Amino acid sequence: MAATAGAIDCDIHPSVPGIEALLPHMEPHWRDAVVQRGVHELETIAYPARAPLTARPDWRPDHGRPAADIDTIRAQALDPFGTSIAICNCLYGVQLLMSEDLAAAFATAVNRWVATELLDRDPRLRAAIVIPTQSPDLAVREIERWADDDRFVSVLMLVMDEMPLGRRFYWPIYAAAVGAGLALCIHAGSTYKHPVTSVGWPSYLAEDYTAQAAGFHAVVTSLISEGVFAKFPDLVCVLAESGVTWLPAHLWRLTKFWRGLRAEVPWVVHTPAEIGRQHLRLTLQPFDAPTAPGLFERVMEHFGSDEMLLFSTDYPHWQFDGTAVLPDGIPAELARKIMVDNPRKAYPRLSKGGQA
Amino acid sequence: MSRHVVARADEIPPGGRKLVEVRGRPIVIFNLGGDFHGLLDRCPHQGGPLSRGRLTGLVEADGEPGRYCWSREGEILRCPWHGWEFDIRTGRSRCEPDRIGTRSYDVTIEPGAAVLEGPLKAETVDVSVEDSYVVVTLGPPPAPTEANP
Amino acid sequence: MNLQVLNRKQQDGRTRLAIADCDIHPSPKSLEVEIYPYLSRRWQSHLSTYGMIYRQGFPTGPAFPKGQPDAARRDAYPPGGGRPGSDLDFMREQHLDPNNVQLGILNPLRSGQGLQNGDLAAAYCRAVNEWQVAEWTSREPRLKASVMVNYEDAVSSVAEIDRLAGNPNFAQVLLLSRTAEPLGQRRYWPIYEAACRAGLPVAVHAFGYGGSPVTGGGWPSYYIEEMVGHASNSQSLLASMVFEGVFERFPTLRLILVEAGFAWLPALAWRMDRAWNRMRDEVPHVTRPPSELVREHVWLTTQPMEEPEHRADLLDIFDWIGRDRLLFATDYPHWDYDDPAHALPVRLGAADREQFFLGNARRLYGLD
Repeated sequence: MAATAGAIDCDIHPSVPGIEALLPHMEPHWRDAVVQRGVHELETIAYPARAPLTARPDWRPDHGRPAADIDTIRAQALDPFGTSIAICNCLYGVQLLMSEDLAAAFATAVNRWVATELLDRDPRLRAAIVIPTQSPDLAVREIERWADDDRFVSVLMLVMDEMPLGRRFYWPIYAAAVGAGLALCIHAGSTYKHPVTSVGWPSYLAEDYTAQAAGFHAVVTSLISEGVFAKFPDLVCVLAESGVTWLPAHLWRLTKFWRGLRAEVPWVVHTPAEIGRQHLRLTLQPFDAPTAPGLFERVMEHFGSDEMLLFSTDYPHWQFDGTAVLPDGIPAELARKIMVDNPRKAYPRLSKGGQA
Repeated sequence: MSRHVVARADEIPPGGRKLVEVRGRPIVIFNLGGDFHGLLDRCPHQGGPLSRGRLTGLVEADGEPGRYCWSREGEILRCPWHGWEFDIRTGRSRCEPDRIGTRSYDVTIEPGAAVLEGPLKAETVDVSVEDSYVVVTLGPPPAPTEANP
Repeated sequence: MNLQVLNRKQQDGRTRLAIADCDIHPSPKSLEVEIYPYLSRRWQSHLSTYGMIYRQGFPTGPAFPKGQPDAARRDAYPPGGGRPGSDLDFMREQHLDPNNVQLGILNPLRSGQGLQNGDLAAAYCRAVNEWQVAEWTSREPRLKASVMVNYEDAVSSVAEIDRLAGNPNFAQVLLLSRTAEPLGQRRYWPIYEAACRAGLPVAVHAFGYGGSPVTGGGWPSYYIEEMVGHASNSQSLLASMVFEGVFERFPTLRLILVEAGFAWLPALAWRMDRAWNRMRDEVPHVTRPPSELVREHVWLTTQPMEEPEHRADLLDIFDWIGRDRLLFATDYPHWDYDDPAHALPVRLGAADREQFFLGNARRLYGLD
């Protein structure tokens, strides 16, 4: 039996097999517009189809996209790990579109596709609601559309959007999420409306991927400084595919500056390090650290909490080989928390029946 | 416990401050509308000279981002270096009042007659019976606080 | 301010550990008096008419108002007037002497780097270089100047580095971190080549005027976010230099990241190693793990030193980075100044302390 038997996998990535798969889930006008205008696939440059990170070699199909149908997902992501529940974070590039109406049409279509092609077909699957972040009004409408379906357990946003995610512009989304008992999942990725680095566009995908961590630094700073957690004390924010090990040093720096600049953001009344422990969760893969004796333990000491990590495979992204998904040197008790207890606390809906 | 005369009361007008040294300790005395308060002139963070800091008010949000409730003008001291805020009535830091603070001293105003009778110590101040004096009490040290979080 | 100061014993700097301060910010008392003499009539006239225009909207202040005026310690204004950092005698009295600074590296800010007008930027940088010698290093042997260059234009930068190569007043070439494009890109390579030729390390100080939002996800609201963001910004420029192969193309290049803190470096190096392992065929010119390149080529100034909840956690960071790679800096006279007597939250052994506060800097700058 796999060491991960019974685990709750908080970050897997089904692929939309192709834009034609979404057409049946669109309203007539949008279905026609996609065909009439020849709208292209919304896969993004973050995960080029053939790039090594995009799909592990043994998870890469001969034709088409990885993780694009329920049988493949069962055989590769669920069964080998003994997964009890897996949360689908569909990274189709809806948020990159410039038209908020087109984005809303695609968001609805993606969610309908996820519900009918995946959730309806395997009781172990859950999903994040894809929303058009271009318009908080339309995003709230999309959240409301799925609010009664307990198989949707979170709301999905990309770490680099048009504005830092703490900005009040986005607050209606958080109000709707909290109101419906949904977690907020902020996933690596960019809408590419700004250069991915603060010094402009890089040359290589390796830099883009490295820059995702900087995106997470900024989003954590923004959520805390803008007072999102003061306004929504029940909000849990899952940082997915962030790399994990960057967080403690970042919070040390933010806490240091907060002590001197608190008056600029007077709604921040606890140290950012404490706020982080209360509201932030991180998916396990990738875990940016080498396998060195004692290192995992030291990093966890810096977190000052064993409740922040959530098990994930990041399937089908190639972060590890075989079933070696847990970092070396992880104590059994902590592994159990990461695999089961922490996810259950982070996603209130996981403790419900999971019924449509 | 010992009590020390450090200044004539009229040397520190309302809103004013004076840096004095008592038994080797630099202490800054504030006159808050007739109430006198003394703080060790050293920020518990990195030792910044608090006497060089600006007096400001307290801004709070009452839990609502975007709200700025202003109160206690002139009662909050900001360290001239890193801007840490201290309540001059207590020496406690605004950020983490339970954990961080600078030492505060009991400061009273005594008439010259009482000073002359003793046992107050007035090493550096000439005392006359007509005036009032600022008296700092050095007590047993309070519980230590984090010097550098 | 109604403040009266009694006689207060000045701390005797000689009894303190000697230190290097790798980030001191001098300012001119007056542009007209101190900088204009080194500028042509043409540029004097231009400045008087148009001022200094950077890639930001406000001509006289920063995009995010600072926490304190001039981002300065409130006690750092010279008694004779002028901006903090504009009076050498007062700097000696307040900082160099009591803190026993044996080596101070000058990093002038808002000194022409990143101006929209590249010709003005080059002329201004050159003037600031002359000014650093005339007003500072020639009067105070403990201080060393930085070669200011208009880094957005490699041609003028190289000319200035070549002009000052071998001049013992200068210890490094200085760039700002918020550039127009990531610093690993080839438009900047001639600068690294010239610095190596001159035997000077290249320091990159946080801040600047590249024009891109300070985060990859747009503009934040608050100064605290900009301040915290400088560390992420320095990480992006370092990733660019690693993945563009700068350290392999210029094997003698020594890079100093200034005023970005340092505790973030281990996680960044680990992340770059992971990315490199997966995407090695994308960057075939990078032939060694990024963490090795960083370990060999990168130094960091310590300020603003991170303050973990458990102080000893910082020792892990020291070990993961390498204790020989950290350079103590105060950032005098700025508000986020790190005081040498208090900033380090952990106790180091005598040898480590000496390295941390002085030895690493002396070796890097070739003063041993």
